[in-house]
Amino acid sequence: MGKEKPDLVYGTLDMLILKALQHDPRHGLGIADRIQQMSKDILHVEQGSLYPALYRLEAQGWIKAEWGVSDNNRRARYYKLTAAGRRQLAAEQEHWSRITKGIDFVLSKA
Amino acid sequence: MPRLRAWFYRFAGLFRKSRTDAEMAAEMQAHIDFLTERNVASGMSPDDARNSALREFGGVEQIKETAREQRVWRWADEFVQDIRFGARMLRRNPSFSILAILCLTLGIGTSAAVMSWIEGILIRPYPLVAHQDRMVALFGTKEGTTEREGLSYPDFLDLQKNSTLFESFIVDRIMGTTLSIGDRAERASGGIVSANYFDALGVQPMLGRGFRPEEGEGRNAHPVTVISYLTWQDRYKGDRDIIGKTQFLNGVQHTIIGVAPEEFHGTFIGYSFNFWVPTSMQETFDTTGYKLENRGARWIEGYAFLKPGVTRQQAQAELDAIGQRLENDYPETNRGHHFEILPLWKTPFNAVANLSPTLGITAAVAFFVLLIACANVSNLLLARSLLRRHEMTMRLALGAGRRRLIKQLFTEGLLLSLIAAAGGILVAYWCRNALVLVSPVRTPGITIDYPGHLDWRVLVLSVGVCIGSTMLFALVPAIQASHVDLSGSLKSEGSGMIGGSGQSRLRSVLVFVQVALSFVLIAGTGLVLRSLVQMQNADPGFSTRSVVVSAVDLFSAGYKPDRAKIFYEQLLERIRTLPGVQSATLARLRPFSYGVYSSAPLEIEGYQPPRNEQLAADYNEVGEEYFAAIGIPIVAGREFNRTDDENAPPVAVVNQTMATKYWPGKDPVGQRLKVKDKWMEIVGLAKNANYRTKLEQSTPFFYVPVRQNFFVQNNIIIRTSQSAPAISNALAREVHALDPNLAPLDAITLQEQVDVMSYTQRLAVALLAIFGGMALFLASIGLYAVMSYSVSQSTRELGMRMALGARAGDVLRLVISRGLRLTAAGIVIGAIAALLLTRLMGNLLYQVSPRDPVSFGSALVVLIAVALIACFLPARRAARVDPARALRT
Repeated sequence: MGKEKPDLVYGTLDMLILKALQHDPRHGLGIADRIQQMSKDILHVEQGSLYPALYRLEAQGWIKAEWGVSDNNRRARYYKLTAAGRRQLAAEQEHWSRITKGIDFVLSKA
Repeated sequence: MPRLRAWFYRFAGLFRKSRTDAEMAAEMQAHIDFLTERNVASGMSPDDARNSALREFGGVEQIKETAREQRVWRWADEFVQDIRFGARMLRRNPSFSILAILCLTLGIGTSAAVMSWIEGILIRPYPLVAHQDRMVALFGTKEGTTEREGLSYPDFLDLQKNSTLFESFIVDRIMGTTLSIGDRAERASGGIVSANYFDALGVQPMLGRGFRPEEGEGRNAHPVTVISYLTWQDRYKGDRDIIGKTQFLNGVQHTIIGVAPEEFHGTFIGYSFNFWVPTSMQETFDTTGYKLENRGARWIEGYAFLKPGVTRQQAQAELDAIGQRLENDYPETNRGHHFEILPLWKTPFNAVANLSPTLGITAAVAFFVLLIACANVSNLLLARSLLRRHEMTMRLALGAGRRRLIKQLFTEGLLLSLIAAAGGILVAYWCRNALVLVSPVRTPGITIDYPGHLDWRVLVLSVGVCIGSTMLFALVPAIQASHVDLSGSLKSEGSGMIGGSGQSRLRSVLVFVQVALSFVLIAGTGLVLRSLVQMQNADPGFSTRSVVVSAVDLFSAGYKPDRAKIFYEQLLERIRTLPGVQSATLARLRPFSYGVYSSAPLEIEGYQPPRNEQLAADYNEVGEEYFAAIGIPIVAGREFNRTDDENAPPVAVVNQTMATKYWPGKDPVGQRLKVKDKWMEIVGLAKNANYRTKLEQSTPFFYVPVRQNFFVQNNIIIRTSQSAPAISNALAREVHALDPNLAPLDAITLQEQVDVMSYTQRLAVALLAIFGGMALFLASIGLYAVMSYSVSQSTRELGMRMALGARAGDVLRLVISRGLRLTAAGIVIGAIAALLLTRLMGNLLYQVSPRDPVSFGSALVVLIAVALIACFLPARRAARVDPARALRT
């Protein structure tokens, strides 16, 4: 733990991964790319924290991994959101928006 | 729900570790490949592309490690690691592991086996019976004596009728018969039981049915029988259509109505029954006549089931009241007779009575062995912990957590005791029925049955004791390890002093305890052994060497008295003409048999009994020249001869105890006594002898001529210079010549007969010798281990001494004297403990004082000898220490 780079708010990586998987199953690099793309290149996921996070989420039962074949015919492990993962994503999004709203209030009062 | 699943994943992760490790690697490899491809596509050379990808990705191993750490419960992961490591440590030091496991296996195995005997014989002897906890043994007592007697059938019926606190009563009388099926004839043991027997016990025959209530009543009215599973298998070849077939039992055709389930052997501990008949058939199986309507004939043993919630005291009070009422109603037969109930483990009438003191002592002894074994293992663990102190210190220095070290040692102890527990259970399982092996001579066809019962209670107890003790001592090194002084102990190894530190004090205490316990065991074994020898040498009052006994089962063969008389007459004539035979005669009972002597109320001319004393004595019906044949001297008067027959006036011979009790200071010869309404004249005074066991008190006893008191069943007593097998063969020929359908029982000498009855002592000797030997063995290993360890720890000191001029002999003496000091202290405490404990062996001892100096002396000698051997080997090693090398290290 503690290996996340400061460019990601601590504890948000899990939520971002879940979000990245919301519609399609993806492999590790695909998830990193997707997060980078969705954040308009602002967020950059370190591989060093990506995999531990993936295993953590898998152990929680929020995502499920399966071996599959990529577009360019490579074997890769694809992660898919489970029903529990979907609920978790919703909960975290809700939580996150409340927190950021709160932080916004605090900052805008200054 | 998701939480639960998460836990499951983690748990599964424990076991999938190697697979997921490989998967992780593959997955990351795939990731790197993707990056490399992308780099190539953006125009890098393949090598640069790969290097750049690797750089971007970071340390594969670190990622894996981070992932792994959070993936599983860390402690569980470590636990598996500890077990692996522990197993490796046990394998690395096989002599230690084998020794420790052996000690524990012996300890656990023996104590579990003994507990299974106690459970199977004393506590829960009848596994199929529904409510053993409410089952009690029922018997009669006679006022003024400690004697236990049976019940009479009418009394049994009255108990059934009048009690309110009992669920049921059953009665049961063991008897034997000769069972012939086809051309095979063998002795078989059976039970005459009340009709409610199977119902009350809750035992459902596996084929057919039990007895119906009406089948208990009516003289010889219901020739039906339930046979045992063993008989069914063995003699009827497991015939499924057996029900309704008939079998001759004692000359009467019986219908087989049921087969008892396999695990049910009857309710007489020691014998496995072959068949059961209802009480109505008593006369057919009892050689001494019809008794169902005779309130004075106390011939059956019983059991009772208390109603739930009734205490034994309440039940006993009710029995007392019923007994009192019967005394008032039937004074002639019931005056002074009472009923008593006891828990099953105190059952006075089967093998339990003989075995329970022996088993009690055996249990104590087995417990001692377990203690010694535990002390040994602790010793070994302690010794090893010192040897491993270096390893522990090193691991601490390299950053292992102290908790982790303790857990590691704990796991090793657990592993050790679990392996040993498994071994112990196996040993116990093999030994559960081993008691039979040391039990007395067997008769073909009769199954001796001492059921061991290994149930979870026994197992839990023994495994618990074992694990508890191992863990306790596994932890000592752990605690020591947790305050190891890092810098100090890495430097100083092998520099102890002979008999120095606190740990060696603990180890000394352990050895000392072992020696003390062994002393108690060896002294106890010595006492029982001496008792057995004394008993063997004690004179029973008759000749044992040159007298052979046998019998022909005329009763089962259906002989009536007249025919039997002629048969015996002719047979004795033939035997007397055999070479080497001096005399031959009859006796209804042979001495030292399981049979019950006749007993009758007496009236003695000129003797006024105290008010509540009912005069009674046991007697035996014997043939002419019985006393000469068996070797009991006649002190005054004459013995029986041929003319004492049914036409002559009734006569009797009394023993000395009877004479001094009833005719003090007078010559009993010529006096008269009345037995069963018949006045007899006393014609002789016989020397006292033992009648049942050598342990018995001398009691009044008398003899009457068999010709005047005839029973079909008799023993043949032969005084001869021939061996028993030779007589057996000759006898078989003669019997066959008279009646081709008959065969005699194997002839044995009276000595063998006497030996059978001392089997309690033999059993005790065998068991104590086995356990005592084990204890001695374990204790000597313990002593050896301690001595050789302290020698190896004090190499430097010994080297120093030798460098300063001590000779090899001095060193030898130093080490041995240290070992002997330890032993001596143990012996002193052991002797004190033995003095206190051997008094509890009271009834196993025969003419040997519980403080017998010979037994104590030999225990002393044995222990000192063992201690010398155990100390000598390490001492010799010490004496060979090379001073130069010892000092350099």
